[in-house]
Amino acid sequence: MRLSRLSRTVLASLTGVILAVMYLPLAVVFVNSFSTSQSLTWPPPGFTLEWWGRAFRSAGALEAILTSVQIALAATAISLVLGTLISLALQRYRFFGRDAVSLLVILPIALPGIITGIALNNAFRTILGVQLSILTVIVAHATFCIVTVFNNVIARLRRLGTSLEEASADLGAGAWTTFRLVTFPQLRSALLAGGLLAFALSFDEIIVTTFTAGAGVTTLPIFILNNLFRPNQAPVVSVIAVVLVLGSIIPIYFAQRIAGADGMRSRGTER
Amino acid sequence: MTSETSARTHPASAFLHRHVRVRLGLLLSAPLLWLGLVYIAALAALLITAFWTVDTFTGQVRIEWTLDNIVTVISGSLYQAVTLRTVGVAVVVTLIDIAVALPIAFFMAKVASKRWQRILVIAVLMPLWASYLVKAYAWRSVLSQDGIFAWLVEPFGGSTPGYGLHAAVITLAYLWLPYVILPIYAGLERVPDSLLEASGDLGANSWRTFRSVVLPLLWPAILAGSIFSFSLTLGDYITVNIVGGTSQLLGNLVYTNVGAANNLPLASAISLVPIAIIFVYLAAVRRTGALSNL
Repeated sequence: MRLSRLSRTVLASLTGVILAVMYLPLAVVFVNSFSTSQSLTWPPPGFTLEWWGRAFRSAGALEAILTSVQIALAATAISLVLGTLISLALQRYRFFGRDAVSLLVILPIALPGIITGIALNNAFRTILGVQLSILTVIVAHATFCIVTVFNNVIARLRRLGTSLEEASADLGAGAWTTFRLVTFPQLRSALLAGGLLAFALSFDEIIVTTFTAGAGVTTLPIFILNNLFRPNQAPVVSVIAVVLVLGSIIPIYFAQRIAGADGMRSRGTER
Repeated sequence: MTSETSARTHPASAFLHRHVRVRLGLLLSAPLLWLGLVYIAALAALLITAFWTVDTFTGQVRIEWTLDNIVTVISGSLYQAVTLRTVGVAVVVTLIDIAVALPIAFFMAKVASKRWQRILVIAVLMPLWASYLVKAYAWRSVLSQDGIFAWLVEPFGGSTPGYGLHAAVITLAYLWLPYVILPIYAGLERVPDSLLEASGDLGANSWRTFRSVVLPLLWPAILAGSIFSFSLTLGDYITVNIVGGTSQLLGNLVYTNVGAANNLPLASAISLVPIAIIFVYLAAVRRTGALSNL
């Protein structure tokens, strides 16, 4: 678009200011992880590496990260399967109740976490009579992760059309072979993007987790919440946060590259 | 002829090909069983609990049908005030997020070079990976009496808003901002550049083009983003605990009644309020096609 020089400059500087505000709290967390002050005073009275050393020796933190990774992986795997199935059904077929099904997928994320949390807590304990454990957390997380996979896959299916699958069937491939060799490769990057979001969503979830985790299950957010207001532990939590943000660059970078390469390929074929 | 050979080699596939209903059933049965059994059943059970009562002696839920909880929530002045406050906060947070997201999303989608576009998307996504709790706590430290905000504005005679409803609004708007930027950015990407050029050729200035061409096409995406900020605010209680001082939102009332007060029926009755608000909101937003823009 032919924007005037002035509007370009205004937009660019607004973008700069917004990003600065977005990163200000993260920068504060970063600096605090080196600060000698435990009560987060600004400017920091002095600098120390003590918290970094403590964080890496903290067995509780490492265990919590492992628990969170396990839960997020399991929840992501379930939501990948269910999300793909439901998006194939909604995109390829017209049937009675289709709108209701699409609302049903969105509902677990549209309704507040505390409602999902107490509803599942009540159902697990009083209706099903199940002990809360790591499994109940996985079931709860998978339920609200389905939507991220669903959104990515259905957007891809809309763009793909069915001609390649029809060609595959005409050439003698069975339904499973067609899915494995034709549909799945075209969905791969959408599945990756949806799966990554699902993983992130589950990894950071605190409210639903509070209500569905068994007594011995400490995910990373629960560990953080338990330690946030302990004076000796708050800087250690800052260290964990810094490590997580820096670590997240790697998956985001790869997701971007795959999405970028994918976008170019599809543009190449469309024109 | 080819389909005959495949029918001979893949009888199951051929059967599926001829029976659309069976195919659909196979695709839908697992996800619908999961969502129906796990989620809808749980939700329905919770809603029914709102019509039960708690035994004052044992603290156990007693199955005795009553409208008392509903009446308490609808007519209690505390609940009315908190509902109004929560909806107000959710609306303000959503408006702030849309106002902030529009310029940055527009710059990303229509002004920045391909290279910068990719960098900016990463920059917007990265804060999502910092823990929600840590970000809320970071704002607690930013806004504290001897935090960086006070340090920055005090030379100019300003002061920190301190902990309270304002701090809660700022923090919630900050937390949900990436969720609002991303759908709006995706929506802008779908607006063809040629339309903007045509509008410019016909004599419209940037602002007129934005208002008459971009905004109407972008509505579904903006509303899709607003679903996140609105509904996430409606149920939040942790951020409010961390930076909100003594102010309470609906989420806090539900939480206290589940935990300390141990009154699940009343908590269920209170949670009917955000459920109803969100259903009305989703129904209103659905016509614009926003739900397929999430």
